[in-house]
Amino acid sequence: MTILSKFSWLALFAVLVAFTAPVQNVAHADEFSKIVQTLNTKSKKKLGKAIDAVVATGDERAVPVLEALLEGKLFYRKTDNQVFITEKSGKVYLLTDPSTGKEIGEATRKEAKKIGINNRLRGQLKGALGGMTLMSPDAEKRLKAANDVFKAGDPAMLKILKKALLREEDGTVKERMNRALAAIELEHAKDLQIRLLAVQKLGEYTDPEVAALLNKIIAGTKDEQLIASATETLSDVESSLASWAIVGNLFQGVSLGSVLLLAAVGLAITFGVMGVINMAHGEMVMLGAYTTFMVQEVFRNYFPGAFDWSLLVALPAAFLVTGLVGIAIERGIIRWLYGRPLETLLATWGLSLVLQQIIRSFFGPTNQEVGNPSWMSGAIETSTGLVLTYNRIWIILFSLAVIALLAVIARRTMFGLQMRAVTQNRAMANSMGIRSGWVDALTFALGSGIAGIAGVALSQIDNVSPNLGQSYIIDSFMVVVFGGVGNLWGTLVGAFSLGIANKFMEPYAGAVLGKILVLVGIILFIQKRPRGLFALKGRAVEA
Amino acid sequence: MKKTVKTLLGAGAIALSGLAATAVQAADTIKVGVLHSLSGTMAISETTLKDTVLMMVEGQNKKGGLLGKKLEAVVVDPASNWPLFAEKTRELIEKEGVDVIFGCWTSVSRKSVLPVVEELNGMLFYPVQYEGEESSRNVFYTGAAPNQQAIPAVDYLLSEDGGGAERIVLLGTDYVYPRTTNKILRSYLNAKGIKDADIMENYTPFGHSDWQTIVADVKKFASAGKKTAVVSTINGDANVPFYKELGNQGIKAEDIPVVAFSVGEEELAGLDTAPLVGHLAAWNYFMSVDAPENEEFITAWKKFIKDDKRVTNDPMEATYIGFKMWTQAVKQAGSTNVDAVRQAMYGQKVKNLTGGVAVMNTNHHLSKPVLIGEIQDDGQFDIVWQTEGEVVGDAWSDFIPESAKLTADWTYPWVCGNCSKPNFEKMPTN
Amino acid sequence: MIRQPFILRILQDRLASFILGLLLLSAFLVPALNLYVSPESALHVPSYVVTLLGKYLTYALLALSVDLVWGYCGILSLGHGAFFALGGYAMGMHMMRQIGDRGVYGDPVLPDFMVFLDWKELPWYWYGFDNFGFALLMVLLVPGLLAFIFGWFAFRSRVTGVYLSIITQAMTYALLLAFFRNDMGFGGNNGLTDFKDILGFDLKSDGMRASLFFLSAMAVIFGYFVCKFIVESRLGRVIIAIRDAESRARFLGYRVEYYKLFVFVVSAVLAGIAGALYVPQVGIINPSEFAPANSIEIVIWVALGGRGTLIGPIIGALVVNYAKTYFTGALPEIWLYMLGGLFILTTLFLPKGITGTESIAQSFENYRLKLARWLRPHDFPDLNKEPAE
Repeated sequence: MTILSKFSWLALFAVLVAFTAPVQNVAHADEFSKIVQTLNTKSKKKLGKAIDAVVATGDERAVPVLEALLEGKLFYRKTDNQVFITEKSGKVYLLTDPSTGKEIGEATRKEAKKIGINNRLRGQLKGALGGMTLMSPDAEKRLKAANDVFKAGDPAMLKILKKALLREEDGTVKERMNRALAAIELEHAKDLQIRLLAVQKLGEYTDPEVAALLNKIIAGTKDEQLIASATETLSDVESSLASWAIVGNLFQGVSLGSVLLLAAVGLAITFGVMGVINMAHGEMVMLGAYTTFMVQEVFRNYFPGAFDWSLLVALPAAFLVTGLVGIAIERGIIRWLYGRPLETLLATWGLSLVLQQIIRSFFGPTNQEVGNPSWMSGAIETSTGLVLTYNRIWIILFSLAVIALLAVIARRTMFGLQMRAVTQNRAMANSMGIRSGWVDALTFALGSGIAGIAGVALSQIDNVSPNLGQSYIIDSFMVVVFGGVGNLWGTLVGAFSLGIANKFMEPYAGAVLGKILVLVGIILFIQKRPRGLFALKGRAVEA
Repeated sequence: MKKTVKTLLGAGAIALSGLAATAVQAADTIKVGVLHSLSGTMAISETTLKDTVLMMVEGQNKKGGLLGKKLEAVVVDPASNWPLFAEKTRELIEKEGVDVIFGCWTSVSRKSVLPVVEELNGMLFYPVQYEGEESSRNVFYTGAAPNQQAIPAVDYLLSEDGGGAERIVLLGTDYVYPRTTNKILRSYLNAKGIKDADIMENYTPFGHSDWQTIVADVKKFASAGKKTAVVSTINGDANVPFYKELGNQGIKAEDIPVVAFSVGEEELAGLDTAPLVGHLAAWNYFMSVDAPENEEFITAWKKFIKDDKRVTNDPMEATYIGFKMWTQAVKQAGSTNVDAVRQAMYGQKVKNLTGGVAVMNTNHHLSKPVLIGEIQDDGQFDIVWQTEGEVVGDAWSDFIPESAKLTADWTYPWVCGNCSKPNFEKMPTN
Repeated sequence: MIRQPFILRILQDRLASFILGLLLLSAFLVPALNLYVSPESALHVPSYVVTLLGKYLTYALLALSVDLVWGYCGILSLGHGAFFALGGYAMGMHMMRQIGDRGVYGDPVLPDFMVFLDWKELPWYWYGFDNFGFALLMVLLVPGLLAFIFGWFAFRSRVTGVYLSIITQAMTYALLLAFFRNDMGFGGNNGLTDFKDILGFDLKSDGMRASLFFLSAMAVIFGYFVCKFIVESRLGRVIIAIRDAESRARFLGYRVEYYKLFVFVVSAVLAGIAGALYVPQVGIINPSEFAPANSIEIVIWVALGGRGTLIGPIIGALVVNYAKTYFTGALPEIWLYMLGGLFILTTLFLPKGITGTESIAQSFENYRLKLARWLRPHDFPDLNKEPAE
């Protein structure tokens, strides 16, 4: 902390200078480039001091340098130890002179070496940059800066923070700045009244970071009044956090449910509707994930700019690939086994071994990298400590969309009608002129295709390896059976109830015991309702 | 029916002849057993090591083999099935007559193999970091013991450069390695003045994929106003979803750093590491180490595997060191006889890939340097800290009371893997 | 039909008597060739083969137990591995206690894994296992009891078909997770290992190996006769009736659930015995034996050998496991293609398993006919009228 505050005074001075009198900087040009050169050091301690010095120059060129250092883009050239800001371009680095901002050529990977930092320096850099970018024209940068200033909790930032607050017009940013201000005042102000006021102000923000700060204050002060006030606020914050945590828990449960739903919904068709005990279902999911990988490889190599769209291409591609594999499986193997459902278990189990090994032979046994598009990375962080990650939100929406689509197909299309007819009464359907063989093939293809697009979604949160399918197959069967075989709604309700049950049990029982309890719950539930949640009625059930 | 019987008889005859074919005759090759899973859950990690051994064997043969004979790799697939590990070991030693086995990954596979190699007096090189608490006469442990990985890593977390953590979360997969390591760490942290209230321990099953609750719990635990860090002994497949969740929930390395003992270059290869920059791993080797031996090894590996994107990792280095040591010991002993080679192994030195020298100690563990690396956005590690020299592997931890009493030393006067007093104490020395 | 004496009926089944004869012969011959023929001799059977065959035989017994419930009673259990593993754990616990103070930490009572996890005393459920008789009792009792409780609920609630299969799978999966937890006191993922001896006989000695092999062979023969006796009895006929038409059997006044329960428990006990013989031969028991995939594999041995015949599962278990041993050694990179292919081809061409098919050529002919039908569907309007299960 001592280092931090010392340098921050300098930073404050620097920033003030930078914003008030930019003309002066020209005179420091040589000085600045010299100081930047000191960043080239192996010792992290020296590097910390060099960062302070760069900040202290107050030069506006310091911001890109420090940003580059933070992002791992500051390199030195091995031949002459010159420091450069670099930008990767194919196999070489483009070098930019930090003091002139001009491009001065390029270097190969072997000629230049990155200046490494560690987590302490990372914190230091963020704090410094926070101070320097509080008045940046970019609202997003200002928001980030306000958060970083909060984390640094540095009294030196007080003045600039107040100044920034006066100029600030964006509501959210203003709020975050106020939070940072209150935090600094609480921690460093001498006047008790100011500190008490700060406690009150902080009470409006229910997030874990505020709770952490309050905890720290309570442990660190001897002032009774302050302790009392902070404790009271803390308990408010914590109780509010706790109630939001239940919402968070619900979200996690729904999210786990959506994953289970996606994994199981294809099975609900192949197993639930057609009665095929499809042990190769997991491998269809895996094939979908590998298709995503292949599509992304194409994007990486040919359209790197459009990478964010790769998943949209992967979806139909995965559906097509797994659907075609599904048709091949149905025509080649399963077709001969209708009426002998248990033997489909045997054959599809063998098939799953073969499919895994094919993938292992072609792609190797290691994980493949499937990237998250930018719109699926990160999270909505509400001011209540609730974190809703984008990938989970998308997967929930996606799973619902898939089930809706299936419902439409089953109820509103000709194919759906035929599908239902064949499963309900094959002989009758045949005599009505439905080519039940082809309906079977297409139904199986549909189930496999759905499994494939589930694979696209699951590739976003799990490993893409040959074992991917294996880890979902048991859960999928549980979901389908729990919900009631042959009933899509059952699968939907089953998946979400298992997901939520699991997530509400986990905090108390732990991950392993929670899962055991869910399994025992399923066993007991089946005793009560031997045909699942939504049992099909009628004669077909007995067959 | 008759036909079936005939077919069966035929099949039976073939089967028996296959089983009975025990060719332990002196061949003109030296056989090297490779016991790594090529299918099942562990294939993801172990296949690479199989390829490493094959590469080393090929390299040795190009140099003219060993003792004037060619080396021959005998590869079997124990299929991530622990009893099968034992069966295959027996097959390798009794039926194939191999002189040495490179293999296993995870303690349970080693524990399963252990009785067999001890009974048949085989020689196994185990290349993965593990929990210690073992020293078998027939096993050489070339991976890290807890004092060569876990303890230095925690030291770093507590240091100023590492962030000065005061609260520690121990996350692990529920099996022996994390359990033991965390037990050692808890006792070490207590000795460093961190109370039990500031330590959170959590275990998950293998392949755990839903980390939402646990990551949220970690965040909550970190909100107590003290600098918090996570020590992860999460194994294998479960890491990718864990790190994805970590990145998405916005846990930054400078807020809550995570140091992992089972995450290497290979695990990161399936991951976009940009949100993870700054999280840590402790190993005895990183691919990014700047040393001529390392460069040579990487080049050879990429050439052998015919893939420019493949990475190298710590267990590969451990395999490399083990293999080199074994060839040196065989040369020195002038024989592949297990007893002779074992004696020659003690004190055997091999240049490791990080610019130092690995030494085989008499407790069957290596001396290795400890490196701490930060994850970079290219999936590599940037070394932020390393020990001055090599650390001697400790088979029995000093932080477990029962274990602190034990000594592993396979030379005079101890000649024992787990004794509290020497076996040959009373023998006259002259 | 005139009912002949039991033993005569068995002798009439030529394949069964041949296999059983072979088993009986090898029960004596293999140990003898291992122990009394010098290693140089071509007739010598190495210890490696003895244990391997012993392991196969325990699998054969396990397959037999699955066939009893599946082949004869129509209960497809996807959780039989659990009974096998429980029997194994009971035996493992006994051997663990037998180690005594020879463990690495030298604790006279606590197994090693408890010592280094800092357990202070033996959990109550470990009491008594130092006694061989008690352990044997547990080998029979624990799987039997679990089967009884599970079956009591499931069969009374009339959970049938695929629902039953899936909850048996849930059962073994839950047990897998439970035994996997270190806090349970069963050694967690590592399980129980480092066994030394049974009743003072060294497990690593050739004599012990040969005896275990002998016992395994005898256990299979014993298991065969038990199953044969059950299915040939009056009770067996009811059981088969339940398999073929459960509702009808119930309407005729049979208490279906009790018959099922009986068979299920007997089968679980047989599986437990198999597990108990398995563990000393492989030297380790750990939670992976509970893995649902293992239980599915058992079902596959049965299907491959021929369900509903008692000799089929024995052959199936031996063939698949020999294939596995052979392929994982000889073709480590592609053995899964072989194994997977084997499963697919058997179902397609040998729908009744190895023993149930008159000739392989016949089934190729069937497939060819089916293919022809598929290519010209209109000529064969009765395409979908396959016989129901």
